[in-house]
Amino acid sequence: MDRRTTLKWVLAAGAAWPHLHGRGARADAAPAAQGYGTDPNLATNYRPGELWPLTLTVAERRLAGILSDLIIPADDHSPSASAVGVVEFIDEWVSAPYPSHQRDRGIVQGGFAWLDGEAARRFGREFADLDAASQHGICDEICDKSRATAALDAAAHFFALYRDLTAAGFYSTPVGRDDLKFIGNVPLARFEGPPAALLKALGLP
Amino acid sequence: MPFVTANSQKSGYDVIVVGSGAAGGQSAYTLCMDGAKVLMLEAGRKYSPESETPMFQTPDLAPLAGVGTPDKPFGFYDATVDGGWDVPGEPYTRASEEDAGRFEWWRARMLGGRTNHWGRISLRNGPYDFKSRSRDGLGFDWPLRYEDVAPYYDRVELLIGVYGSNEGLENTPDSPPGCLLPPPKPLVSDLVVAQRAKRLGIPVIPGHRAVLTQPLDYRRSPARLHPGNATAQKILAQDMRNRAACLWATPCGRGCSVRANYQSTTVHLPPALASGNLDITTDAMVYEVTVGRDGRANGVSFIDRTSGRHFHVKARVVILAAGACESVRILLNSRNAQFPDGLANSSGKVGRYLMDTVGSSVRGQIPLLESLPPLNEDAADGMQLYVPWWLYQEQRAGKLGFARGYHIEFGGGRRMPDYGTAAGIEWLTGGSYGVKFKRDVRRYYGSFVYFSGRGEMIPNDQSFCEIDPKVKDKWGIPVLRFHWGWSQHELKQAAHMQKTFTDIIEAMGGKPRDPPKSDGAKAIAPGGSIIHEVGGAIMGADPATSVTNPWCQTWDVDNLFVTDGAVFVSNADKNPTLTIMALAWRAADHILERMRRREL
Repeated sequence: MDRRTTLKWVLAAGAAWPHLHGRGARADAAPAAQGYGTDPNLATNYRPGELWPLTLTVAERRLAGILSDLIIPADDHSPSASAVGVVEFIDEWVSAPYPSHQRDRGIVQGGFAWLDGEAARRFGREFADLDAASQHGICDEICDKSRATAALDAAAHFFALYRDLTAAGFYSTPVGRDDLKFIGNVPLARFEGPPAALLKALGLP
Repeated sequence: MPFVTANSQKSGYDVIVVGSGAAGGQSAYTLCMDGAKVLMLEAGRKYSPESETPMFQTPDLAPLAGVGTPDKPFGFYDATVDGGWDVPGEPYTRASEEDAGRFEWWRARMLGGRTNHWGRISLRNGPYDFKSRSRDGLGFDWPLRYEDVAPYYDRVELLIGVYGSNEGLENTPDSPPGCLLPPPKPLVSDLVVAQRAKRLGIPVIPGHRAVLTQPLDYRRSPARLHPGNATAQKILAQDMRNRAACLWATPCGRGCSVRANYQSTTVHLPPALASGNLDITTDAMVYEVTVGRDGRANGVSFIDRTSGRHFHVKARVVILAAGACESVRILLNSRNAQFPDGLANSSGKVGRYLMDTVGSSVRGQIPLLESLPPLNEDAADGMQLYVPWWLYQEQRAGKLGFARGYHIEFGGGRRMPDYGTAAGIEWLTGGSYGVKFKRDVRRYYGSFVYFSGRGEMIPNDQSFCEIDPKVKDKWGIPVLRFHWGWSQHELKQAAHMQKTFTDIIEAMGGKPRDPPKSDGAKAIAPGGSIIHEVGGAIMGADPATSVTNPWCQTWDVDNLFVTDGAVFVSNADKNPTLTIMALAWRAADHILERMRRREL
């Protein structure tokens, strides 16, 4: 993708947030122009930042972590999203050079700006500095696209995307797999199928 | 010296095979095992599944959790190298950008081609599928009967290893004893689909896939496949012993380092190389079949991708097996004074009657499958069971409004968590976040099922490819331009799929993610996107209306053959790969026979 296309995507995404600008990435940290190509080494382990530079600002990463942990907090089963590297994952995602990632970048940065704007309007502070109850108060209004008011439509789309990204970053880790009790991806001598007792309980032959 | 560069090729071969996928692999295998000296030319790079397959890699080790990108559209770990919907520097064009006229072309640039990542679904065409026009007056009949191809289906199944069962259903052929491997056990969700679909009168039976559910029968199969040829039997027996049975883990689309499923690189090429009769040159972009003054093919011209230099190599016989559209492209680009419209094109049919498969999908959520205990459901990586087409009687009675059938592929289960596991589930959760969201993800994980229809498309006059008059690729080779159009038969069939899948989901006590699309134009996947493109050099009984004879031999050029999907006369709902291999084997046997008789 060339720079012109990148810019087009960013601008198109930004158009959903007409009243909000100024919280974009650092001018010197524009996303890389190249992806990993059509023949990447599949045997290596990749860490965020290896293939293209991470571009979220310190303030954006702080907000990213707080929001990720509102979506996936620690509980009895597993730690929080930020504890397993979800902020790095999201930074990698929105810094990637592909068109859909550039579109998501615009949505995420626009959403961050909206959260801060909303926090400032209601409480006179940045979102990250609010107490948990105030943060929930804002998120509750945008967490369901189908219930959000028309004025909050773009914010609700942002929240849905951000929840998907947080969940992707979390459940693709070993911690996330354990949380879901995933026990596959191991070689077996035989595949026996589901246990008879379970089938009986489900009324299956 | 099996892998040779353009500079170290021999001065002449018995046969040149262009392409190394299902058709090229099978053609070369059959020829080499019977002593022919073969040169295989592959446009992509050398590829070794044993060392390159990311078998147990988890999404957290990949960039972007392994999701598809324009560089790797089917995900980071998909086996495809240097390919996808776009190949860098090698464009194709479309006559229309409208959805209805859109055609997409998936290519790979690697040894083994698309067989490295394919779905391994291996269904036989049935007797009806070879005589479609005689049955309903549409499309064309093949110049073959099922009985002509059946012995080759048997051989391919024995060689590559296909699991399945014999059910005795209409137009869904059984295999002779010993051909099929036992089918895998179904998943919980498979069994719920089977139970509820049967209540709707929809049959659910074991799938057929090229996955080794047990080791191959290396003691008996080599003698069945190569009677009277002790050398071939010995090579094949050894190679069959080197293929492991399925590990019941890791997605087949990544390829298989233990050779437990079929890919040309793990099944056809190793024994062919072991015969000592096969030379392979990779990075060899063939663009022309050259013809002597006698009107016979005398070799091919290609570009070495590593140096950009042009080469010519000679052979007694040329086989095009580059994939339907790429073979068409080579034929059309081989025009000369003697063949001004392209080679083997006196009928004007080269490029015509391009077909894909009708595709449409529905996804749903099944409460009965929520919060199940931990289960390893990797199984055979899909199609443990499937639904063969079942409404023959209704179709004959004219009750459906479309003329040809579809089969249903479906799946579910507790798959390796990835981007899709918890994405977009607010239609179930009401937009939960926080601790409630984590509980919801646990609850719904493994409770989703999907259904994908795969239906027959009838060949038509609007769907074809030709050489674009202006655009060339980075090698200077003129590219293909695609034209595409569906008929009402395909659109109505796609709408029927939507309703059927929704009915099954509801019979399972579940709900579909989206309401069924009753408009077929919205339900149908774009042309080419199912990656079953066939036709373009159809076989026939009449040189005036077809490109090859029933032996895949071009009518116009005696020693030029096309053994890939280009020769397909119809595109049954059955996935084309098994039939490609059966026809390629049959054609190679014919070539060997004619070479023995000194006719080629």
